[in-house]
Amino acid sequence: MARTLKLRIWRGTDKDGGLQDVTVEANSGEVVLDIIHRVQATQMGDLAVRWNCKAGKCGSCSMEINGKPRLACMTQISAYPEDEVITITPLRAFPVIKDLVTDVSFNYKKALEVRAYEPPSDLAPGEARMQQVDVERSQEFRKCIECFLCQNTCHVIRDHEENKKSFAGPRFFIRLAELDMHPLDTLRNRKQSAQKEHGLGMCNITKCCTEVCPEHIRITDNAIIPMKERVVDVKYDPLRWLGSVIRKRDGIL
Amino acid sequence: MTNTIERHKYDIVVIGAGGAGLRAAVEAREAGLSVAIVCKSLFGKAHTVMAEGGAAASMGNVNEKDNWMVHFRDTMRGGKFLNHYRMAELHAKEAPDRIWELEVWGALFDRTKEGKISQRNFGGHEYPRLAHVGDRTGLELIRTMQQRIVALQQKDGRETGDPEKNIKVFAEVTITEILKENGKVAGAYGYRRENGAEVLFEAPAVVIATGGVGKTFKITSNSWEGTGDGHALALKAGANLVDMEFLQFHPTGMVWPLSVKGILVTESVRGEGGILTNTLGERFMFKYIPDVFKDKYADNEAEADRWYIDQDNNRRPPELLPRDEVARAINSEVKAGRGTEHGGVFLDVSKRLSAEVIKKRLPSMWHQFYELAGVDITKEPMEVGPTCHYVMGGVEVDPDSAAAVGVDGLFAAGEVAGGMHGSNRLGGNSLTDLLVFGRRAGKGAAEYVKSHGENPVSEASIAKAAAKIALPFVSQGGENAYSLHQELQEVTHNLVGIIRTGVELQEAIEKIAELRKRSANISVTGDRQFNPGFHLVFDLDNMLLVAESTAKSALLREESRGGHTRDDFPGMNSTWRQVNHIASFDGEKVNIKAQPLPALPKELFDLFDVHELEKYMTPEEIAKGGSN
Repeated sequence: MARTLKLRIWRGTDKDGGLQDVTVEANSGEVVLDIIHRVQATQMGDLAVRWNCKAGKCGSCSMEINGKPRLACMTQISAYPEDEVITITPLRAFPVIKDLVTDVSFNYKKALEVRAYEPPSDLAPGEARMQQVDVERSQEFRKCIECFLCQNTCHVIRDHEENKKSFAGPRFFIRLAELDMHPLDTLRNRKQSAQKEHGLGMCNITKCCTEVCPEHIRITDNAIIPMKERVVDVKYDPLRWLGSVIRKRDGIL
Repeated sequence: MTNTIERHKYDIVVIGAGGAGLRAAVEAREAGLSVAIVCKSLFGKAHTVMAEGGAAASMGNVNEKDNWMVHFRDTMRGGKFLNHYRMAELHAKEAPDRIWELEVWGALFDRTKEGKISQRNFGGHEYPRLAHVGDRTGLELIRTMQQRIVALQQKDGRETGDPEKNIKVFAEVTITEILKENGKVAGAYGYRRENGAEVLFEAPAVVIATGGVGKTFKITSNSWEGTGDGHALALKAGANLVDMEFLQFHPTGMVWPLSVKGILVTESVRGEGGILTNTLGERFMFKYIPDVFKDKYADNEAEADRWYIDQDNNRRPPELLPRDEVARAINSEVKAGRGTEHGGVFLDVSKRLSAEVIKKRLPSMWHQFYELAGVDITKEPMEVGPTCHYVMGGVEVDPDSAAAVGVDGLFAAGEVAGGMHGSNRLGGNSLTDLLVFGRRAGKGAAEYVKSHGENPVSEASIAKAAAKIALPFVSQGGENAYSLHQELQEVTHNLVGIIRTGVELQEAIEKIAELRKRSANISVTGDRQFNPGFHLVFDLDNMLLVAESTAKSALLREESRGGHTRDDFPGMNSTWRQVNHIASFDGEKVNIKAQPLPALPKELFDLFDVHELEKYMTPEEIAKGGSN
């Protein structure tokens, strides 16, 4: 059952670092995070890695395994051929703190920029009535475990540091879509703010975010594209444009 | 060192950013105070996200006969009447408001046909009572609280220009000590995990909301954070821990493959109709219905199956007995040789529900088994066995204010607080416990600060706390924290586990003391930069204190009740029901004393059929009929 695994683990800080070769035993059924823990306990006591639940529910152990953004706790060793060297590196879109741990504070700053949910002012506790079918659209996006793999893989962020200022990224597009589709949210301009304040227009729907989402949220199809379509509808539909000017509202409901 | 430390001043410091900590922070902030939230992980990663099944609150949306009195009765029964009655009462009364409040803050629970919050069945709850979102209810709760904090920050940002002026999250910071001056809380001291830089929080009130202790054990559903930090911080600050012998082994953790052993399989699987069988194909739970529950649980398959359709005229299936009963039953089946080769039993939901319904109601379970074990639960049974899940014992608190007994300015809420669940917690009661007592702790702390004012920290206290953090780098003892942690887990697993004996507990106490001696000689490799070996030193120190408290309390309790089973004292004993064990720390070792459990007042006593109470109480207690 056991096999000997060859790994290359990136070690270092924001200043310098590189890949280090490691040989370690692995048991059948183990995931990459198990192996990292074994390396930590037996060979590199100070190897830095972030993790929490080890069950794919908290989104802490995001890293790149053979160049692919993945959760280490949900990546089976058996997925790699016996002779393959597994290369483990930190998320590339964010600054390294140490080894496999990166500074993901960018995401928390962006979270602060999305206007909070605003319920009707007269909504009394216990009085809300919503149909299951109406909450399900937003529920899909609320499955997000904030692993930030989508942020990491999105080339708008990954390849262009300068975009970070004006681009919120897929995680926050689904947050905006979630609020936009929330049956009780009263802020009416979610899509417009996605476009104007959060850089929705910079996304060119390559669907990389959807591909890496461990929760299988259809980020592009169910959140980004519907918001883009509606934004375009209003912008180029003369009647709705006029309506938005005359009635001093965005006209996107 | 003291001139380079980072210093902050707040009205209240909340340690822990799970459901209880965040709810406390919101309450304190809304009372007009400034709050620091300190957590070991990133914001939003707390163990609360792992809660799957739901949050118990008697809203009566699915069965209108439900109300706080029924919920109170279920909670007391589940805890085998060792609960602090006042906590169980407050919890049952306030839980619905706390759930509705989440909805006002944006939570999206699953709905009934009428559009109300849907409620599901769970072990020990008489009616469908758990508000839920599929099987990821904890994630919904933590995200809603997280977004509520962001909403408050945005408001502060608009009003003051600084969103973090009055409420700030200090993520990836470990607190190593609660600081006291003049006998009262003055703040908290710790370090940033990123670089080891030391941080001082000056605050006259501290709320401990650090969750559980699972990592003390080898097989656990808890994440690495569950190292009993708050339990140990409270002990060291002079507070007490109550009833630490009671640990909940959740009956259904994954058992295979090895690397996922212990990961939780939600009770919702049974709530949705999952059945437990052994390798002979027997639905064995019918054999394990204890006398106290015989009138509430079906003793045959036909009736158990009818219950899913008609709950008014049938008794519940025994798979839905409280967790302690189911865990012991599985343990017995495996010990009798009727378990699987991996030491578990079968849990099957595929025969009762269609694949589509399973994927909709139990999506993360489907996912978890498919991706980690290669098992398709819509077609095959799962293999499950007990896993250390929850600690009922915890900081002794005043139920109304969540103030820790014995230390002014210290508060505790959530799993780290004791009393609420007695000897065994019902599933679903944890999430509402977090909200009800998180809010009360925030309120209690805010009122305390308003009436007591500042309590500055002395330089001497800072120097002492700083020296402790520096120690592992100075020590040349050569002990390895990882190995000591593993050894501790072996001791607790083998000697303080699901079934205990006096001889083994005595042995455990000696071994834990030995490990504690050795832990003074831990040396750390590397530097302070995000160094897990260094972090573990402090976690381990906490776990050792927790394990000692548990083993010593367990040795003294000569009966079996809830999450404490003694092979040498197998029965439940009414005299022991009147006793709480109080653990305190004298700087060298943990000491346990017995203390009378507060008696049920008459109005709560009268909520029960006296014949039911006779199963738990002494004739003298029954004759008295309540405390006033």
